Amino acid sequence: MHHYTLWHALIGGILIGFASLLATVLSGKIPGISGVFGRLLVARTPDPPSQHYGATGKTWRAVFLFGLIGGAALSFALWQSAALFRPMRPLVVMAIAGLLVGFGTRLGGGCTSGHGVCGVGMGAKDSISATLIFLATAMVTVFIYNRVVS
Amino acid sequence: MKAGKLVLFFVAGGLFGTGLAVSGMTDPARVIGFLDVFGAWDPALLFVMAGAVGVYGLGMLILRRVKNRDLNLPSATSPPIDRQLVIGSGIFGVGWGLGGFCPGPALANLGALQIEALFFVPTMVIGMLLAQRFFGADR
Repeated sequence: MHHYTLWHALIGGILIGFASLLATVLSGKIPGISGVFGRLLVARTPDPPSQHYGATGKTWRAVFLFGLIGGAALSFALWQSAALFRPMRPLVVMAIAGLLVGFGTRLGGGCTSGHGVCGVGMGAKDSISATLIFLATAMVTVFIYNRVVS
Repeated sequence: MKAGKLVLFFVAGGLFGTGLAVSGMTDPARVIGFLDVFGAWDPALLFVMAGAVGVYGLGMLILRRVKNRDLNLPSATSPPIDRQLVIGSGIFGVGWGLGGFCPGPALANLGALQIEALFFVPTMVIGMLLAQRFFGADR
């Protein structure tokens, strides 16, 4: 597992798909990371009490995200190929990027997981459109950044 | 029963985080390498998406055929494509291309205390709060 191959990409993707499927069955919702995280930031989640699975509607979302952080941390510790982290941008650019990702994912109703994995997997037209749009603007942004800024 | 379900949510999150790290999606260079279609293109993200979309799509196809009252699945009908979806997704893509982080990898790297995530996640929270304040928590 120390040398990264495209098998790692495929197996990791299968794990992400299976994890999303499990969280969908458990919650009855599309478990996109931006939506799950965004609903931890509101005063109250829009779910009825029968779908809280804990003290409040935020409980399962927080548990799911702690699991995500824990699973990643364990993988970083176990495998060199997973721990590889190559910084690409100055920190001020990361801060601007965070603002755009946060605002855009909530306005657009999903990110790479909610729209890109779950929505596309279900063949949802809105998610397929969203995914094509964010892929296109991301590719144009990288093109411009690499040639103009750096 | 409730506690058991929360354990399963933790397992689902754990598998998700493991998948992100194993697939290399927590490394911004690999994500930006995929988005750099006119440079030294890295196809890894395509394989990640193929695996994830394939398993999720096939799984949902099977689950929708299961006749079980306790099985509560999200609606199969998708909402109409509106201006918010188009503009929001466009803005998200710009941020994704700038930083090489989408929300999942950002949180995974925050847990690992990577300095890039420590700069990215707080402003991501501000962006989410702004969108939710002015456009609502549910699109």
